[in-house]
Amino acid sequence: MSLSAEDLETLGREGATLPLAEALVEPPPLAPRRGTLFAAWRALKTAPLTAWFGLIVILAYAFVAIFAPLVAPYGESAVVANQYEPWGGKFIFGTDQLGRDMLSRLIYGARNTIGIAVLTTGLSFTIGGVLGLLAAIIGGWTEQLLSRAVDMLMAIPQLIFALMLLSIFGSSLPNLIIIIAVLDSTRVFRLTRAVAMNIVVLDFVEAARLQGERLAWIMSREVLPNILPPLVAEFGLRFCFVFLTISALSFLGLGIQPPTADWGSMVRENATLIAYGDVTPLLPAACIALLTIAVNFVVDWFLHKTSGLRDEH
Amino acid sequence: MNPILKTVLQRLGLGLVTLFLVSIVIFSAVTMLPGDFATAILGQSATPETVAAFQRQIGLDRPPLLRYLFWIGGVLQGNFGESFSSAGGLGGGHARTVVSLIAPRLKNTLFLASFAALIAVPLSLVLGMLAALYRNSIFDRLVNLVTLTSISVPEFFIAYILMLFLAVRFPLFYSLASVSPETPFLERVARCALPALTLVLVIVAHMMRMTRAAIINLLASPYIETARLKGVSPGRIIFRHALPNAWAPIATVIALNLAYLIVGVVVVEVVFVYPGIGQLMVDSVSARDIPVVQACALVFAVTYIGFNLAADVVSIITNPRLLRPR
Amino acid sequence: MTELGYWTEQVKKGRISRREFMGRAAALGVSTAIATSLLSKAGIAAEPKKGGSARFGLAHGATTDTMDPAAYPDTGTQVPFWGSMSNSLTEVDAKGNITMDLCESMESADGAKKWVCKLRKGVTFHNGKDFTADDVVGSFRYHMGADSKSAAKAVLEQVADIKPDDKQTVIFELKGGNADFPYVVSDYHIPILPSENGVGDWRSGVRTGPFTLVSYEPGVRAKLKRNPNYHKPGRPYFDDVEFLTIADVTARTNALTTGEVQWISRADLKTLNLLTRNPDVAVTEVTGYGHYVFPMDVTVPPFDNVDVRTALKWALNRDDIAKKVFLGHAVVANDSPIAPSVKFAADPKPRYTYDPDKAKFHLQKAGMQNLKVNLSVADTAFNGAIDAGVLYQEHAKAAGIDINVVREPNDGYWDNVWLKKPWCADYWGGRPTCDWMFTVVYAKGAAWNETKWANPRFNDLLVIARAETDEKKRADMYAELQQLVHDDGGAVVLVFNNYVDAHSKKLAHSEIAPNWEVDGLRIAERWWFA
Repeated sequence: MSLSAEDLETLGREGATLPLAEALVEPPPLAPRRGTLFAAWRALKTAPLTAWFGLIVILAYAFVAIFAPLVAPYGESAVVANQYEPWGGKFIFGTDQLGRDMLSRLIYGARNTIGIAVLTTGLSFTIGGVLGLLAAIIGGWTEQLLSRAVDMLMAIPQLIFALMLLSIFGSSLPNLIIIIAVLDSTRVFRLTRAVAMNIVVLDFVEAARLQGERLAWIMSREVLPNILPPLVAEFGLRFCFVFLTISALSFLGLGIQPPTADWGSMVRENATLIAYGDVTPLLPAACIALLTIAVNFVVDWFLHKTSGLRDEH
Repeated sequence: MNPILKTVLQRLGLGLVTLFLVSIVIFSAVTMLPGDFATAILGQSATPETVAAFQRQIGLDRPPLLRYLFWIGGVLQGNFGESFSSAGGLGGGHARTVVSLIAPRLKNTLFLASFAALIAVPLSLVLGMLAALYRNSIFDRLVNLVTLTSISVPEFFIAYILMLFLAVRFPLFYSLASVSPETPFLERVARCALPALTLVLVIVAHMMRMTRAAIINLLASPYIETARLKGVSPGRIIFRHALPNAWAPIATVIALNLAYLIVGVVVVEVVFVYPGIGQLMVDSVSARDIPVVQACALVFAVTYIGFNLAADVVSIITNPRLLRPR
Repeated sequence: MTELGYWTEQVKKGRISRREFMGRAAALGVSTAIATSLLSKAGIAAEPKKGGSARFGLAHGATTDTMDPAAYPDTGTQVPFWGSMSNSLTEVDAKGNITMDLCESMESADGAKKWVCKLRKGVTFHNGKDFTADDVVGSFRYHMGADSKSAAKAVLEQVADIKPDDKQTVIFELKGGNADFPYVVSDYHIPILPSENGVGDWRSGVRTGPFTLVSYEPGVRAKLKRNPNYHKPGRPYFDDVEFLTIADVTARTNALTTGEVQWISRADLKTLNLLTRNPDVAVTEVTGYGHYVFPMDVTVPPFDNVDVRTALKWALNRDDIAKKVFLGHAVVANDSPIAPSVKFAADPKPRYTYDPDKAKFHLQKAGMQNLKVNLSVADTAFNGAIDAGVLYQEHAKAAGIDINVVREPNDGYWDNVWLKKPWCADYWGGRPTCDWMFTVVYAKGAAWNETKWANPRFNDLLVIARAETDEKKRADMYAELQQLVHDDGGAVVLVFNNYVDAHSKKLAHSEIAPNWEVDGLRIAERWWFA
């Protein structure tokens, strides 16, 4: 499912979703500069419970990820007992197939998985975002060329293509991150380009152009602030789909180097237990699900804030 | 010329270009993969002489460019060639053409995809509209939570859980979907129930969320505001006023998911032993069976381009303003 | 003693047949059921029942598979096409001994350089064609010659000539003496094909075996039905068999528990104890000839130093690997690739156990305080190779050895890693004789000599032992060969594998053969419905 497009990607379909894109993009005429912190606090005070929940979960995950060595009772790959020790006692969630502490693996998994996801998503947004903006602002041949290249990449099944590329370049961690990021950036490109197209025709961009502002200035100061909301929404989902891509790759035999712990591979490694009703493999899956839900609660709230839809509560 | 027809023709032209590019990229990628068909098939038991003999027989000793031109020439004449694995043929001496390998599997894939789509599309539309209608209610939140959870669980895991409950604990369905061409229709449906259900769970979330988002977004438009002030009931606003204008994004997301049902289900095929085209492509990639990989990639690309085109046409028909260039 | 008791004794002593006994019992007014139970009390298994349709779930099979015996990459082709549809000249039985199959006898002459095969009479192919010496010649020639792309080409390199003597006799001339030649012709790559003008035809799917082909979808299923004219009396027992490829182990397990199939190969070891709780399921386990190995390239530093090799051999806790990676379903090896059940297997001394001090000692002898080496692994080499590498890394730390475990991609492993990287993971399905295993993997210049080991004494002795026909002398020679590999060779042999399969209790079987998995690949012929 990580392969499927995600909710807001459809914004990126040229023309097709312009009404929606416009609805999202219209309101903020100027990005707020002053009193950002204060504004953020005011926004938080009025935030719904779900957003609070999401923020707390994200902060907790971040804390665990950053301080993993301090939080985890055992080392990431230390073999501390027999395999498949039961839950409770010395090992809260028991031990895995090699006798490593499950809880410690989950905690280190947070660090590795979230780290990888942040890097991958960040990279794909940088590539896709910059190229998308370029295509929208420059237009002409640049746009045609980039769009055709992206079309082509999207027409190849992502998972199978990723498998092939990993086999060609070797399945090291940097390669994994780069390959997933590049394949993902196609979707970011389409989204960025489509929403930016509506901005670049507006007067203030035209004015900046006539003033002879540099391309980078137009991109970063005029267009980017105005297309941020849909990009943030996309970021929230993309971020979570990285786990799923890794776990699907691990299902097909490629993934992250051992003994590194990551949730995607951990689901796969313990998946057979589920056939007997043992819930251990649910743990890493639940970690992914909880983070996905938390991130999307925050994203939903953010979208709601910026959508200009004054919805009755 | 009819403007819709013109757009369609334009898109078709671009689609052909994309197809051509895809075939080049896939061919180069498979050629760049380490090893070739001979070493992949013989595996550990490959000796240099046997590998060389194998390569001669399937023409791998020729330079890649020549092989590509030969292949594309054949495709232009409607000949997709023979699988390397035939190197003569299977029982009865029939040559193993690429078409004979792909056709039955493509049929299976289409069957499973339609099965899943028939359930998933109406379900997600209804759920999405209800969620938009009763937004921020308990119902909306619950649907939101369930769908977010279901999209954040790996699909093989959903499959295992369904198998555990619906095939092992409570034997309602078959745990294997290993259909064959002779399988009668009803048994085929029964065997495909679990894989179809898995796919439904995987894609409903996405389509439902988009439906909800598209409709809610329109609710901010002035004309909806007007309707509301006129005192039109919320249900009527959604079905009569919002939905017709929301078709474009919804059609797009449906098209993407339908394409996904055909292109991206290799994991589900593996878990349920379903002889679909995704498994064929993965097997062919790992065996470096280039003609089959190429043909599969083309099928997938055509699917993707076709569904996108369909979505665009739907968008244009429901919103003719899109035809006007900005 | 009652009359019935007397007759039971007679059956036990083999003086009368089971059927005769049943007749006598009936004459005495005893029902069949009681008579059968009397026999089973006397320790005589019930005669296998005939009939029924059996479905088997195999772990292997790909859409690129074909019926071509030149390849047969895994059980997805070996079991249906060789084990169920075909016969070879000889067959390895459950005890590891050679028995005749399509041959009636194989006699050697001239220091085992010449082999005369008398063929079984009255055997026909599935299409009714008579089986003759021409078919044997064609089937062997198919794998030989410059243009052959067969995996059996290397093993048949030793054959100088093969010719029919008369319609029922074939003569093999070998390049050098080989007392084990009857084992060589039992290989699953060499089924007997119907041949015309000396060319074996595999495409027709026509063979001599217990089952005939009904339909085949590569990578999905093979359906077969009983061959009514099979040459082995009474066999096969099933009416129809179907082999399904179920690559995912969870799906395979579920297929067995839900009754979709009656037998699965490679049961999931992690959850085996949970599976055995199922009252309808039985698990079978045999120690095969296959073994898992980390071969070092002895031409590359630091592995060119025998003390480094010995240090690494002492730095591995094999018991831990057997326990954790194979969950106890493996037999610890001792750096010789010959499984305990193979004829002439010896147990070289000292047994390598986990001893970091000895490892340190040998490391120092090699002039090193510590050592850092790369070990390339992937689960393609064998399932659990990565886990085994990670555990080895932990074990070796105590000896001051830092093993860097490099996870290689599954895809392309045999091309890029194996025989290329100086230290990697590998699996050998094992060979039924010492000579075969050594010739293929450890002899100087062998195509698959993964350790690039070239020990002069070993190579000389190997040739002498091969042609020796005196069993006692051979045993001594093979013991020395195993000792040499153990002391000087570059292979860290972890464990011998156990074939752990599971089946529904509806199926019955006799002793399971260890030479290949799936009951010597011939499950369809050997098993029956209880």
